[in-house]
Amino acid sequence: MDLQTFFAMGGYAFYVWTSYGICCVVLVLNVVVSIRKRRQFLRQLARKQARQNS
Amino acid sequence: MALIPAPVVRFYHRMASPPHFYALTEKLMPWLVAIFVVLLAIGLYGGLYLAPPDYQQGDSYRIIYIHVPSAWMSLFIYVMMAVAGAIGLIWRIKLAEIVAISSASVGASFTFIALVTGSLWGKPMWGTWWVWDARLTSELILLFLYLGVIGLYNAIDDKRTASKAVAILALVGVVNIPVIHYSVEWWNTLHQGPTVTKMDKPSIHVSMLVPLLVMAAAFKFYYLIAMLKRAQLELLQRERTSAWVKKMLAEQQ
Repeated sequence: MDLQTFFAMGGYAFYVWTSYGICCVVLVLNVVVSIRKRRQFLRQLARKQARQNS
Repeated sequence: MALIPAPVVRFYHRMASPPHFYALTEKLMPWLVAIFVVLLAIGLYGGLYLAPPDYQQGDSYRIIYIHVPSAWMSLFIYVMMAVAGAIGLIWRIKLAEIVAISSASVGASFTFIALVTGSLWGKPMWGTWWVWDARLTSELILLFLYLGVIGLYNAIDDKRTASKAVAILALVGVVNIPVIHYSVEWWNTLHQGPTVTKMDKPSIHVSMLVPLLVMAAAFKFYYLIAMLKRAQLELLQRERTSAWVKKMLAEQQ
């Protein structure tokens, strides 16, 4: 099977790849948001601690 | 206490202790991610490439490899959330409360994916994006339950109180879980009946079934990863004034 037939998905390319795309975006975002928020929170906390110590 | 072996008790106390939980999840994370990536690669390769097209639905059926595992996860995570919520409610274990609320956003994501991919599968197969049949409607209610849990938690400032309220809401909503599962049998739905969980013999060929089960396993690991990432954040926010968080911050600098 060549790549073109693979991506064509027997004519259902739009439905199949949109499904996989949305799934991917939602799952990636879910983790990225948590990691970002944690980093932000830790930075904020570190700043606060540094202020209190000085 | 002699009824329970000492190592079990020790493990239990460790898991209920925030600094240990945080350190353990940090250590486990790379392994969980590695297993998830391997399973995902195998599942996608098997499902999108190796498995033959369906004799009726052609290649459109390949949406099954994310649709069905997502739908399974939406139910599984809800039960996990309700059980963790109940444990937090009864024994006042802070970590159970955190696991409960951290599960909610992951569960909502999977429910959303199940609904959207179902819609994208329904359009070419049924000729419609959406019908108000029992399966689709009860799954939509599940999404609202998840969103209700998240909203309620965010609306209450005191997080111990918020966890109590959320646990009660989650427990009440458990009623919806068997309704979703059996909806295709109890009512005459446009949604097809069960293909895999039929007790006698699944009506799906092995070459199609194996990737589906591998994807389901991959999504389980994704849940662990996403839930634990969220739990770490939640834990830090709740424990911001505690000695172990301060110590960790001091060590990082």
